[in-house]
Formats: sequence, C-alpha cells, structure tokens
Amino acid sequence: MNGIHDMGGMQDMGPIHHEQNEPVFHEPWEGRVYAMNRALSAWGKWNIDASRYGIELLPPVDYLRMSYYEKWLVRTIALLVQTGLVTQEEIDTARPAPGSKRATPPLTAVAAAANAIQRGNFMRPDAGAQARFKAGQRVRALNLNPEGHTRLPRYARGKEGTVTRQHGLFVFPDTNAHFQGEQPQHLYSLRFTARELWGPSASPRDSIHLDLWDSYLEHA
Amino acid sequence: MASPNGPASRRRFLKGAATGALASAVPVHMQAQDQDHEHQAAPSDAALRTKALESLLIEKGLIDPTALDALVDAFENRIGPRNGARIVARAWSDPAYRKRLLVDGGAAIGEMEFEGMHGEHMVVVENTPRVHNLVVCTLCSCYPWPVLGLPPVWYKSAPYRSRAVIDPRGVLREFGLELPDDVEIRVWDSTAEIRYLVLPERPAGTEKMSESELAGLVTRDSMVGVARVNV
Repeated sequence: MNGIHDMGGMQDMGPIHHEQNEPVFHEPWEGRVYAMNRALSAWGKWNIDASRYGIELLPPVDYLRMSYYEKWLVRTIALLVQTGLVTQEEIDTARPAPGSKRATPPLTAVAAAANAIQRGNFMRPDAGAQARFKAGQRVRALNLNPEGHTRLPRYARGKEGTVTRQHGLFVFPDTNAHFQGEQPQHLYSLRFTARELWGPSASPRDSIHLDLWDSYLEHA
Repeated sequence: MASPNGPASRRRFLKGAATGALASAVPVHMQAQDQDHEHQAAPSDAALRTKALESLLIEKGLIDPTALDALVDAFENRIGPRNGARIVARAWSDPAYRKRLLVDGGAAIGEMEFEGMHGEHMVVVENTPRVHNLVVCTLCSCYPWPVLGLPPVWYKSAPYRSRAVIDPRGVLREFGLELPDDVEIRVWDSTAEIRYLVLPERPAGTEKMSESELAGLVTRDSMVGVARVNV
C-alpha cells in the first residue's frame, strides 16, 4: 500500500528531536501496551507482518499525529477484534461478554522473564526454491504498487542496484501479513547508489542498502 | 480496483479500534474510581484506554499481568545498549572475534549468550576512516532489540525515517557529526528481518583500556551510526 508509513525520501518532516537520557518508556502505559502486544502474540492468532500491516491501516492523519505506542494500542485492539479474541461488544463495554468462559493466558511470568525477547525465526531454509540472483549481479526492483502489505519501499521501485549478499529463504511478508501463508522466498541485500535513487545532487560515494525478496526483482 | 486488502479492509480492521469505550472515552465502570484521584494529575487518554484494555484482557484470561511486569522489567533493566556495547568492546579487543562478528553477526553475537539471540538474523557493519554506516527503518521502526533494547523516539520519528535515506549527511549534521565528502556513507534500510548493528571506530587514546572500560565508552547512537565514540 502506498501509505504514509512508506516515508523514505520524504522531505520537510521537520527537525529530529534527540532527547538526552531518554527513558525506555516515557509513561507506564507505554510499557503496558508494549508488553500486552508481546503477551497477546503468544496466542498465535497473528504474525509480525499482520501486526505491521495493522499499523499501516491507520488513517494517515492519525499515523502522523499518534505516538508510537498509541499506534500499537489501536492496532492491538483492531487485531483482537479481527481475530476474534475479543468481540466488538466487549471493546465497546470494556467488560467480558456475560457468561463468557475465562481463558488461560499462554504467556506466564516465568516464561516472559526467561525469554523477554522472542522475535521468532523467519528463515525457512528447507523451502527449496532456487535463488534467481547472485552476489555481484545487477538487478532492478520492479514497479509494484500492491494495495496490501509490502516491504518494497516506493523509493526503490524501478531502480537498479547490485546484489551484495544472499540471505537465504525467508517468510514473504506480502502474503503472510494477509494470512495467505508464509510462501518463503529468497531474500537479498541490494546496494543502490545514492545517485540512482536521488539523482545528481546526491553524493557520488554514498549508497543505500535494502533487503528485498526475490519476487520484487528482475535482472537488469 | 476491488481488493481484499484495500480501503474497505482498512475500515473493517479499524472498526474495533476506532469505536467503543476503549477508543477514547473512559469506560463507565472506571469513572467513579478516577474521581477518587482528583488530587493527582489527570491520566492521559491513552493511559486510561490502556488500563481499560488490560483490565478486560485480564478478566477474559487472555493475559497474565505478572507476565507484563516481567517484560517491562526486562526492557527497563536488562535488555539495552549495554549489550551492544559489550559486543563492540570485545570486537575492538579481540581481532578474531571482530572477524567472526563481521562474517556472521548472528553467530558471533550468539557467543555472548545474551537473551533473545536465538534465531536472530544480525549483520554487523564496520565503520572505518573511509566508510560510515547508518541504520534506519523507513517503513516502520525495525531495530536490533536484543543488542540495543527498544528504539528511542527519534529513531521511530518521521523526520529521521524520511530523511536518513535521501539526506544522510544532513541527518548526521543534525546529530553533530560532520563527515568529509570523501567518506563513503552506507545507509542500511531495515526492510526485512535482518537487523543491523554498526561497529563504530575505536577512538584514539584507548589503547590501554580494558574491555569493560571500552564498553563504557560505547553509546547507543554510535551503534546506530549517528555518532562516533569519543573518549
């Protein structure tokens, strides 16, 4: 989706505010939102790509206005309803539906403390597909404009770069985000010159490196 | 063109989030309780909505609040840029480790036995007098959590995400780092599940320092690539 989240190359977003001695969470509720997301993902009802797409579905004005954890909060509520863990009525009333059965949380405090980071493994080495591209080859990112989730940024579409590394087979976000399967593909690191992406005013020395999936690319 | 992933899907997806008690208003059963705390600063709307959601999820048995406590504690007290700093200090002190780190970042970081490193796909990129690396995520806020903890607000902000790829020299200047024209800048946009860590240059005058003293010099910003390490 050509949404507001795809920000690479936009200008005039203002200065970067660098806070000294920034706390991990500015307010306690931010930590609770973060942790709720982690605890709820243990239900296995959604995946990281679906949750990223959930943020992308925010209206652009809200995306720019909301803080990071506000976006997480809204996204989490939406995913809860979408996947049926919570009903719309329960959200509306902030109460469990009368007579509903109490579940058992899948993430315990012991497990959470023992493995506070559990990002999962997105590599699928046994998926079997052959890599179409090799390090050193020139490739072009396709001009794709899907309405759904994609990890091919607008600024790289139609541009030529060089493969610098094969990462192996990885879960494909464009399908996984929509619960259409992992459909693993080869992932490559690509080097684009700054001039290829941004034209003659860019430094002739600089480069931008992206990790892109096989079906985003063609031989240049 | 009709699409299952198009704007109609957005409206359906957000229906639950955009309406109802958790969206903006304070739930009825929490209002009386809030009146007991009128002497305190009013909690923000987001704080109230979060509290309402957490209460609902606990009542439904979907989450264990003590698991939330454990996660918050881990990120506030254990997982953070100190982990990354130890990796950098070891790479500066141990040439064989530095080599392993640059060839296979995930495996070399795995040797340090930090929590959460299992299955992490890490690439470590090295700054030299000729090459400067900078990490960004233009599409969201991907960041190497196990080695740097959760990202600072500026890393997640529109100004940084938008400009790091088109004007890295201008961005670095805003952080107080002016790079000569003949230094090559490599910007790493974290578009997949590969996470990037910058191995900064070891500053002059640190030859006699121990590994733990060196780790004390290494900042989060230097491992994202927006700063140098200074003595």
